[in-house]
Amino acid sequence: MGITNWGLFIAVFVACFVEAVEATTIVMAMGFTRGWKSALLGTGAALGVLSVITAFAGLALTRWLPESLLQLIIGGLLLIFGLQWLRKAILRSAGLKSQHNEEEVYREEVAAAKHKGKLTSGIDSFAFGVSFKGVLLEGMEVVFIVITFGLTAKNIPLSAISAVIGVFAVLVIAFLIREPLSMIPENLLKYGVGLLLTSFGTFWVVEGMGYFQSGQGSLSWPGDNLSVLGLLAAWFLLSQLYILLLKRLPLTASQELRNDVS
Amino acid sequence: MMFLKAFGRYWYDFIIGDDWKIAAAVLSALLALFIIEKNNLITGWWLSIAGAILIMSFFSISLIIDVRSKSR
Repeated sequence: MGITNWGLFIAVFVACFVEAVEATTIVMAMGFTRGWKSALLGTGAALGVLSVITAFAGLALTRWLPESLLQLIIGGLLLIFGLQWLRKAILRSAGLKSQHNEEEVYREEVAAAKHKGKLTSGIDSFAFGVSFKGVLLEGMEVVFIVITFGLTAKNIPLSAISAVIGVFAVLVIAFLIREPLSMIPENLLKYGVGLLLTSFGTFWVVEGMGYFQSGQGSLSWPGDNLSVLGLLAAWFLLSQLYILLLKRLPLTASQELRNDVS
Repeated sequence: MMFLKAFGRYWYDFIIGDDWKIAAAVLSALLALFIIEKNNLITGWWLSIAGAILIMSFFSISLIIDVRSKSR
């Protein structure tokens, strides 16, 4: 397995793992407070919709677009996505943004579920709706990552397999511990995913700029795929530099920022 | 109409997220690279290196604007 495939596997696995943690927290809150039947039905319905979207989008993108344009569009989206994650990770590591806490999310969902009247029979529309929406929204990010990585690395099966392993790993952990997944170092994982998405996004979007050259072929990188490692190192060093600099902000400024940054 | 609005809002949130400056930084970097490419200012794989440097520079600018505007 080459560098691109390893990168593909790790990036998709970790990204799906993190998204699955968030979706599982919501489904667990509904399952434990409102009943598992409706929560699992909502989850199943969302997974069905996601499968259709994945199949349709994957097929449409490969048939309609030339390779360099595909790299440009998908790499661009991946880069924007990755930089959003990286920005939040930098601000979190510098103490300017609160850490994501699954226990808090779980408590909020449980409180909302208890507030609603309970059904004694049939489908609980509240549990179904919340589970459906939670899985669909988090799943859309997974679909996006699976398709973009799979298409640009030309290995959709590997991308899909790593996504399934990532989601399955979370489900096994959730089944074993049967409580909010707060012990998973989610913020650190998100930093890692941000770095991977950003590095691959940079690699592909720049390659895709070859679309504007006469032959519409992709631009080349020194060392070809190996330059992804160089990009990874460069983004890591740049993010660490910003974490160091932001930690040195005067106390009053950083307190104001902590209140303002979403 | 409501559906279209919600649909548009969803995709805006999904792609642009809570900081539009990131998307603006990526677009600006690509535009700058496009100008360099079209005018043959840099060629070969130096163009790719220039692209990476441009993306990192514009991301840095967006982060600095973000932090400075909020800490003022």
